[in-house]
Amino acid sequence: MTTATTSTTQPGRRSGREPLLAVEDLRVTFGSRTSRTVTAVDGVSFDVAPGETVGLVGESGCGKSVTSLAVMGLLPARGAQVAGSVRFDGEELLTLSPQRMAEKRGAEMAMIFQDPLSSLNPVVPIGVQVTEVLERHRGMKGGAARKRATYLLERVGIPDPTRRLSDYAHQLSGGMRQRALIAMALACEPRLLIADEPTTALDVTIQAQILALLNELVSESGTALVMITHDLGVVAGLCSTVNVLYAGRVVERADRHPLFATPRHPYTGGLLASIPRLDEERGRRLVPVPGSVADNIPWEEGCAFAPRCPNAGDRCEAETPALVPDRGVRDPRLLRCHYPLAGDRTEEDA
Amino acid sequence: MTDRESASLGQRKKARIDRLAAAGRISEDEGVSLWQSAWRRLRTDPIFLVGATIVVLFVLLALVAPWIAPHDPTARLLIDQINRQANPIPDPQPGHPLGGDDAGRDMLSRLLVGSQQTLIVGVMATLFGLTGGLTLGTLAGGIGRWVDAAVMRVVDVMLSIPSLLMAFSIAAVFARPNQWTVILAIAIIQVPIFARLLRGSMLAQRHSDHVLAARALGVRPAAIVFRHMLPNAIGPVIVQATLVLAVAIIDAAALSFLGLGNPDDSVPEWGQMLGRAQQYFNTEPQLAFYPALCIIVVALGFTLMGESLREALDPKSRR
Repeated sequence: MTTATTSTTQPGRRSGREPLLAVEDLRVTFGSRTSRTVTAVDGVSFDVAPGETVGLVGESGCGKSVTSLAVMGLLPARGAQVAGSVRFDGEELLTLSPQRMAEKRGAEMAMIFQDPLSSLNPVVPIGVQVTEVLERHRGMKGGAARKRATYLLERVGIPDPTRRLSDYAHQLSGGMRQRALIAMALACEPRLLIADEPTTALDVTIQAQILALLNELVSESGTALVMITHDLGVVAGLCSTVNVLYAGRVVERADRHPLFATPRHPYTGGLLASIPRLDEERGRRLVPVPGSVADNIPWEEGCAFAPRCPNAGDRCEAETPALVPDRGVRDPRLLRCHYPLAGDRTEEDA
Repeated sequence: MTDRESASLGQRKKARIDRLAAAGRISEDEGVSLWQSAWRRLRTDPIFLVGATIVVLFVLLALVAPWIAPHDPTARLLIDQINRQANPIPDPQPGHPLGGDDAGRDMLSRLLVGSQQTLIVGVMATLFGLTGGLTLGTLAGGIGRWVDAAVMRVVDVMLSIPSLLMAFSIAAVFARPNQWTVILAIAIIQVPIFARLLRGSMLAQRHSDHVLAARALGVRPAAIVFRHMLPNAIGPVIVQATLVLAVAIIDAAALSFLGLGNPDDSVPEWGQMLGRAQQYFNTEPQLAFYPALCIIVVALGFTLMGESLREALDPKSRR
């Protein structure tokens, strides 16, 4: 059914722009042939163009982190079966040798993680960890590497960068740590940056600073950014295109503004209703999405979200919905739902 | 106000300033490294202080033993007092506070100089064992796959043999036992302990976030192992080394006791002294008591130090 999503109908794709990263029908299965397997990512497709920020949104367990690890080639070779296609600048990554893949990581594509403290090596100074990347991919040594590392730390907004080079992770604050990790990720000016919940472990004020920094760096250098998050606030501030994932599949894809204005998938609607908003009347109760991911039914038997869905009808547990262009809204949108929420296009429009 | 009161007031003031200074220091570099915070805890840990005192005294003693020993440990100064039937062991007397041994040599001097052999054998055996164990553990935990399987099977086999029995067997292989065969035998039985420990903590590192982050930056496998895994994994091994030192000292004594050590008794050694004391044990127990006490106290010192070090470095008991 994913073959039905031809690229011309994809929102967020501006004409004439070739995607830098094209993920097609990505499928990740954990477990061996003998034991029961778990499909974490079940046919996910999305594109990212240079300079574009694409969001992957969903609650824990929907497959967003596994998607990013699969793109980076960081899933364990044994235990995880990856199928489908991940093309980076036209080159297929899934069939690349581990050595070639390691050469690309850090140089052409980089990733930053959720917890900045545990993502830094506690016994090696920050400076060494930055220069290590420069040595690995740029062959920079000694003074040149240190100079570049100082510049990088300064660029991500770390004050007194020369002194900070010899600091250890525990001597930095949470925000500084994430800045240092961003400096490492951007050291070799990668063309693709994947940020896996980069602000989850940080204070709200620091969150805003880190997001602003990422936005600035990405728009400055034309880096493509994949933002993985469960936080729709992060999406609202950064992403041009948003992919909403549920149980390993994309359930809705739209440009940022229309998605927030008229969510079509009941899951997207539920996510939006469950966050507090300033522009609404006071006293409105927050509506959580009922149930948990554990209540899913398999996609093969119907819609995985049906057991938690307020709109669920007869077809939902009988027929698997396909990801198809949505005719109920004015914007180009892909939707995987039998009974979507009200759109903004009336019969007269059509 | 009396002098005494003002003195105590001054002291209290000093203590308060010290406390404030200490508090200031803590808030200054708030997150302190693992070793720094461990040292802070150890400084006030009575068990560590006792253990460390014993160890430091023992090492100092071994270093200066030849100069502070009252007599030549090999000279048979009291031989004329020995009467095979009536009095085989010279009694304590002026100049020889602990008496002599069955060859008429001064007991105190032999005990003092004997600390050198104990220190050399214990430290050398642990160093060699550590080297071997670190190599195997790094191979197993760093490379993984079949290397891990192969190394760990060898380690499992070695661990399944009682370690002293294995040490005896290794030492007995050599036709002419000496100090180095003892060191080798004890080093070999330590290798699997260190290897297993390091491999375990390397595996924990392999799945840590910062190793994943390093891999996400394309860092080479060798750099991952030696820069990102090994330095973070080595802590428990270093702690184990201080504990193993105590065991090595006891094992070395056991080998000598059973005649698998250095046969040349012109070099005093505690285990060997213990072995010689066997035949007089019923009538002259002090001959065994002195070297046994030395072995126990030194082993205890290393054990106390190692245990408190382990506790201080345990991340679960931090803060």
